[in-house]
Amino acid sequence: MRDTLYIPLRPWPTLGVVAALALLPLAAATLGQPFYVVFATRVLIYALIATSLNLLIGYGGMVSFGHAAFVGAGAYAVAMLMPAGVASAWLLWPAALLAGAGFAFLVGAVSLRTRGVYFIMITLAFAQMAYYLVLSLRVLGSDDGLTLSNRPSLGLVDLNRDTTFYYAALAILLAALAGMRVLLNAPLGRALQGIRDNETRMEAIGFATYRLKLLVFVIAGAAAGLGGGLLVSLNGLVGPNLLNWTQSGLLMIMVILGGAGRLLGGALGAVLLLVVEEAIAEHTIHWPLVIGVVLLAVVLFAPQGLSGLMRRRA
Amino acid sequence: MTMLRVGGLQKHFGGVLAVDDVDLELAEGELHAVIGPNGAGKTTLIHLLSGALKADAGVIVLDGRDVTRLAMHRRVRLGLARSYQITSVFPNITVLENLALAVQGASGRDDRDRARTELGAVGLGARADDLAGALAHGERRRLELGLALATGARLLLLDEPMAGMGPEEAARIVDLLSALKRKRTILLVEHDMDAVFRLADRITTLVDGRVIASGAPEEIRRHPEVRRAYLGEEAPQ
Amino acid sequence: MPPSLIAEQLLNGLQLGLMLFLLAAGLTLVFGIMDTINLAHGSLYMIGAYIAASVIEASGSFLLGIAAAIAGTALVGVALEMALLRRLYRRSHLSQVLATFAVILIANEIVRMIWGSQPILLNMPPALSGPVELLGLRYPAYRLVVIGVGLATAVLLYLLVARTRAGMWVRAGASDREMAEVMGVDTRRLFTLVFAIGAALAAVAGALLGPLLAVQVGMGENVLILAFVVITIGGIGSIRGALLASLLVGLVDTAGRAFLPYLFRQMFPAVIAAEAGPAVASMLIYVLMAAVLYFRPTGLFPARG
Repeated sequence: MRDTLYIPLRPWPTLGVVAALALLPLAAATLGQPFYVVFATRVLIYALIATSLNLLIGYGGMVSFGHAAFVGAGAYAVAMLMPAGVASAWLLWPAALLAGAGFAFLVGAVSLRTRGVYFIMITLAFAQMAYYLVLSLRVLGSDDGLTLSNRPSLGLVDLNRDTTFYYAALAILLAALAGMRVLLNAPLGRALQGIRDNETRMEAIGFATYRLKLLVFVIAGAAAGLGGGLLVSLNGLVGPNLLNWTQSGLLMIMVILGGAGRLLGGALGAVLLLVVEEAIAEHTIHWPLVIGVVLLAVVLFAPQGLSGLMRRRA
Repeated sequence: MTMLRVGGLQKHFGGVLAVDDVDLELAEGELHAVIGPNGAGKTTLIHLLSGALKADAGVIVLDGRDVTRLAMHRRVRLGLARSYQITSVFPNITVLENLALAVQGASGRDDRDRARTELGAVGLGARADDLAGALAHGERRRLELGLALATGARLLLLDEPMAGMGPEEAARIVDLLSALKRKRTILLVEHDMDAVFRLADRITTLVDGRVIASGAPEEIRRHPEVRRAYLGEEAPQ
Repeated sequence: MPPSLIAEQLLNGLQLGLMLFLLAAGLTLVFGIMDTINLAHGSLYMIGAYIAASVIEASGSFLLGIAAAIAGTALVGVALEMALLRRLYRRSHLSQVLATFAVILIANEIVRMIWGSQPILLNMPPALSGPVELLGLRYPAYRLVVIGVGLATAVLLYLLVARTRAGMWVRAGASDREMAEVMGVDTRRLFTLVFAIGAALAAVAGALLGPLLAVQVGMGENVLILAFVVITIGGIGSIRGALLASLLVGLVDTAGRAFLPYLFRQMFPAVIAAEAGPAVASMLIYVLMAAVLYFRPTGLFPARG
């Protein structure tokens, strides 16, 4: 029986990629470039965030233009709780996740009443609200944002060591991808993709589409919130720019570059965008120009993104 | 047993009354056809009954339960499903997966065996693993019907299931509907008068949103107002 | 609160609203007729401001600067439409958002290469730099001119859309594109024309606001978001909706920033008021938009059914 939506698990390539990622800190140390471990950690976190947006855009057809707000919710939750004496990552990261989920519930409950371009615009509006809120609230540090003196603690594991943090982020990303695969292969995932393709018809065969979309919106918000919590834990600082609408735009770019509606699309896009940015930024201050041209080329000539290109050649 | 009772149903768009004080009653197992010229409000009636549109006034009672304010998906779960005049299937998944989705929508479970049974019922067993987008027009129309059937609905609202079909394909649909008769209650909107008069237990004629006649096929065939407003010389003698 | 302050804020709100309308008009027409989201509209506004700044600096003439901005930006708009937008009309909104987002990145860097990263401070024409008396209220003359030009352009545009043959095509195209094609409208040329007009209007706003706000890279982005708020509230594709929503947003935003902190001081303890006043004021129009969409999911005056 043919199963068009099923996402298979290819054990050998998966194992290969995971092994390579696991060895990356070792390679960085051997090359004498320990800085790359922190950079790679940042890429992993963005991979998580972009993956959560891909769930919305690629699988749910919900083109959210305000995803940075959920990242911000998680980041500010951690940045507020740490000075208040909460030091354990076991509490802080779930709090970031809940902050993202809670805010996504509020935004989704209102926004999902609209469709199409109005949905794009209303999610943008909510993100702007959040942006101006943190920008003008002094308890949130206004312009300057908040800084943390320490990374959270994770029991016996010392997150202040960059390598340990890297492995923690890697574990979370892999768990998120595995969870997303399970979700998409489950009946809920089929329903979600049905809604993406024809929402009215889905209602007409009995699906509570609004509720299903809201559930997935909250799941994506939770993952984005966790990503924000990880980012602030890694960098030790957070500012309103994390919530700027251009950030939401960059997250969308990652999804499209990597391939919307492909399990690894978000992760691939995050790697591609951040690595290219890092590589060009060394040579020219005009690196956004290059990103812009690449993005334009992808939208015009390779709308399926990187994973689409790889698939076509395979 | 009354399956569907509609009272005083009304809907207007701007200043136009698309459905004007419509009363309707369908007994369990009945095949009830709704006919009328283009723009008479037939499709709007289906939109109202299925919940795609909210009625301005009136009540819709399904199997003793007031469903007037229920959302579309809740009505489906209570056993009321519709098909579309313009085919609305999922082209990027297989035919069987289409039906499995409908089974899942109504029951909450992904039950492939039941989907396969429904597939046979609409005569698409051989095309189970083909993409729905690759089907020919007549097959797509049958899949459209299959989606409504696969919800397990006891009351089906069928919006021109034979639209755009050649005589051979149309005959298949007539056979299909005859087989369904008595097993399910059906409200059939259709322009093919041969089919309507062959299948229907009762017929309601809608003109400008209003019911001008309702009764057994023989009564409708002879009804002077219906002949004048709609049937004209088309009416099979 | 003194009435003169209220009157001044109302005028400021009107001015913001009219400038927003100049931006929103192009955006809403492009959306209404071509069903296309153009994020790069803010870049046209920025380019207009830069051209105006350069020409005014070189020639000393403010009027020449505005004329050059209009002509130059319209040309850029035509080039953009023919080279890129045309390929996007039949694509998904997501593709349009991303492609025009790419244009923002590219335009910002090109402007940075030509004019540098430092903001340009544009002086207003000396004759208009002072205040004038208006019914006992002292109000900056330049701002009054901005209001006047904004009003005149709005009326002109309204007449163009409501009274001329080209305007009739535009309205036909906005409500039903296929019908417009049946009517024999050359939609290809119409699209380019509409895009050029939108670009010119954006340039007028950019040039006029130059002396009031700094001319700098990225200036288009915040104003773009505001313009999107406007057309979303107004109902995408509707000129009338855009005009009303512009004025509404302009007034609500200005009044919120001016009066909310004052109001909050009356209602809450000083500590809370000092925090919450500005915060709520800056979020106000987004709250407005979310509320409008909650009750009317397609805006106040939806152009399509």
